[in-house]
Amino acid sequence: MFKAIGCTLLLLWTGFAQAGTATVAAAATLRYALDEIAPQFRQSTGHTVKVAYGSSGNFYSQIKQGAPFDVFLSADMAFPQKLVAEKLARPPVHAYAEGRLVLLVPNKSPLKADGSLQDLAAALKDGRLSKLAIANPSVAPYGMRAREALMHAGLWESIQPCLVVGENISQATQFASSGAAQAGLVALSLAVSPQLVSHTRFERVPRQWHQPLRQGMVLIQAANPAAQAFYDYLKTAPAQAVLKKYGYDEPVAQ
Amino acid sequence: MDWSAFSLSIQLAFGTLLVLLPMGLLVGRWLARTQFKGRAWLEAAILLPLVLPPTVMGYYLLVVVGGGSPVGQWLQNTWGVSLAFNFSGLLLASVLFNIPFMFQPIQRAFESIPNNLNEAAQVSGLSRWAIFTTVELPLAWPGIVSAMVLTFVHTLGEFGVVLMIGGSIPGETRTLAISIYDSVQSFDLQAAHQMSLALLIFSLVAVATSLLLSGRRMRTVKRAV
Repeated sequence: MFKAIGCTLLLLWTGFAQAGTATVAAAATLRYALDEIAPQFRQSTGHTVKVAYGSSGNFYSQIKQGAPFDVFLSADMAFPQKLVAEKLARPPVHAYAEGRLVLLVPNKSPLKADGSLQDLAAALKDGRLSKLAIANPSVAPYGMRAREALMHAGLWESIQPCLVVGENISQATQFASSGAAQAGLVALSLAVSPQLVSHTRFERVPRQWHQPLRQGMVLIQAANPAAQAFYDYLKTAPAQAVLKKYGYDEPVAQ
Repeated sequence: MDWSAFSLSIQLAFGTLLVLLPMGLLVGRWLARTQFKGRAWLEAAILLPLVLPPTVMGYYLLVVVGGGSPVGQWLQNTWGVSLAFNFSGLLLASVLFNIPFMFQPIQRAFESIPNNLNEAAQVSGLSRWAIFTTVELPLAWPGIVSAMVLTFVHTLGEFGVVLMIGGSIPGETRTLAISIYDSVQSFDLQAAHQMSLALLIFSLVAVATSLLLSGRRMRTVKRAV
């Protein structure tokens, strides 16, 4: 009995003796999913993570400027690949999830949650739409995909005067969910969060309308063992289950 | 309430005070006593952080000390320090953008000390250090206190520069103001509300207290003079 307790304590002690902290730069779309994965990761490995959320493009330039991140979870494959090409991150770039774009409207909005964007086009004509929120296409992958979807629907030019641009997808979602904008092209993973479902509606935008939202992660050159453990943990079934719960698909092999 | 952000903000505010107060006393007193050519330019440079958008200072700080810059590389290679996106970088930024808040009130305070008091003290045979500590410092005290309070509260409230060169890393660069911004973005309005209210009340009390203190002090000084 005591031997067992002793062994457990020893295991715990050695576990925690090597426990470290990984600093993670994560795409804003991951906010709720990672808040759930982080405690699970700590329980199963003893390591902790500090997560900063923002737009992938911003993190890319911050890492170039020497920001002390260990892992970069981007909302696309391009930014991490650029870091690898610049020898700032270690190959390979692993696709950990595939996201979806949705049209989100607050409950009191005069717009329909119509993923085919037909109601959006009609609302633009008859004046029901005054503001549509998207993430900044120059730094946020979800903003780039929103632009592609609007181009596909033939709305990109005419909708320009109505666009409000969030610094990252989380801010764009906040613009739309608060009613400041009548609709937003945002991430499914945020739209399904408990904070939003009570007062917003959403519908998926067809995935063929834009480049895939394949999200890649990469270890920064100076990454510590805790970072490696977190990188590996995201590939495990429990972590993937949480991602699935937030509407992510498993990425299809290229 | 994000306590790690709260304690980080407090550390930053005290750190800024510690660095800036001696500089403020030196430069403020010197500016109050000395006339020279180009003084207007120096005073303008001191006031600059008040009028510049924080993004301008954030940009220059990134350019100068960021990992990609020559200065940043030199710091990294020679001293092993990096200033971008960590606490020391924040402290540097905080010291820079608080210069007018510390220097201006101190300078005004030293300027308001009548010259004849100084002369009287000199005639009485006091050393320069004794004049500074027993005559000037007590008279300038209200100004010094308000400089300290303003600097402290302003550090708690600074947002733009911190966002640009800090990067919102929990426990390292996510200050209270940044944490509020983050909470709003994550629809955690409860947390945003608590922290905003705490900051609002704290700032109001701090500034009001310093006004009351310096006001009372002013009156006693006037009576003494």
